[in-house]
Amino acid sequence: MNGWDELDRFLSTDPRDVGCEKAMDLLHVYVELAARDPEAARRRHPGITAHLRACGPCQEDFEGLLAAVSDAIDY
Amino acid sequence: MAGDRDIGGAQATHASLDAESAEWLRTLGGTGAEREAALERLHAILLRVAGNEVRRRAPRLRLSGPELDDVAHQAAADALLAVTAKLDQFRGESRFTTWAYKFAVLEVSAKLGRHFWRDPGVPLEGEDWERLPDRFGFDPAERSEWRDLLAALRRAVDEELTERQRRIFDAIVLKGVPGDALAVELGTNRNAIYKAMFDARRKLRAALVAQGFLDIGIRGRS
Ligand SMILES: [Zn+2]
Repeated sequence: MNGWDELDRFLSTDPRDVGCEKAMDLLHVYVELAARDPEAARRRHPGITAHLRACGPCQEDFEGLLAAVSDAIDY
Repeated sequence: MAGDRDIGGAQATHASLDAESAEWLRTLGGTGAEREAALERLHAILLRVAGNEVRRRAPRLRLSGPELDDVAHQAAADALLAVTAKLDQFRGESRFTTWAYKFAVLEVSAKLGRHFWRDPGVPLEGEDWERLPDRFGFDPAERSEWRDLLAALRRAVDEELTERQRRIFDAIVLKGVPGDALAVELGTNRNAIYKAMFDARRKLRAALVAQGFLDIGIRGRS
């Protein structure tokens, strides 16, 4: 990806984006769905998906929680 | 940003709880030795999740081994407090443990946000527009093609953003300060920082589109 695309992607905002607070409120619900069926998670919660795509800190928390949920299968 | 549409459909009653989650609620909501045992077990689980999370992020952090352990222990302790204080807010929309893990992960983020300022690893004085081409992957060999674009961006930052938006843009985009660390510095929260950046991004893109630098293409809906 070149600089123009990357800058454009960074500046582009998605009107469906729900923001950090709502995304974090439902992260535990979203992550269980995403662990089973990522496409279903995107379909059912487009506003959270849009947010995670644009928000580094929330995406990081999502990845951490996804790892924790995936690990838990072994316990 | 969007409203509440995502919240719908998430409600569930405790009647639909799986047996393990119901048992957590029963023991943590109880008294005496049974509750103590449940708290101890939950703390061990939260410590493991926080420890894994800290290790997962460690390669991108400037923290020593003992500092990482310290963050994990603090995060687990505070997550346990959060879970017990909010027990009646658990609505059974997920497994109880998934809900509890979330607090461990969020506490790790909060602790690391505070830790950042002990050793930021980036110069925090002045603006650093020189970093920008590299950050967005502009090819130095094609400087003549993107020089005007970045000059227009810089002008838009100066002319279109509010003082607060400019400060947040400067910290996050030009200096690479993590959002959670900036929230600590400004005495606010992640959501408020994100909202300010969201509005800033929209204004900057509109300014660049108006000057013909970016197309109103597939990404131009917002
Ligand atoms: Zn966020």
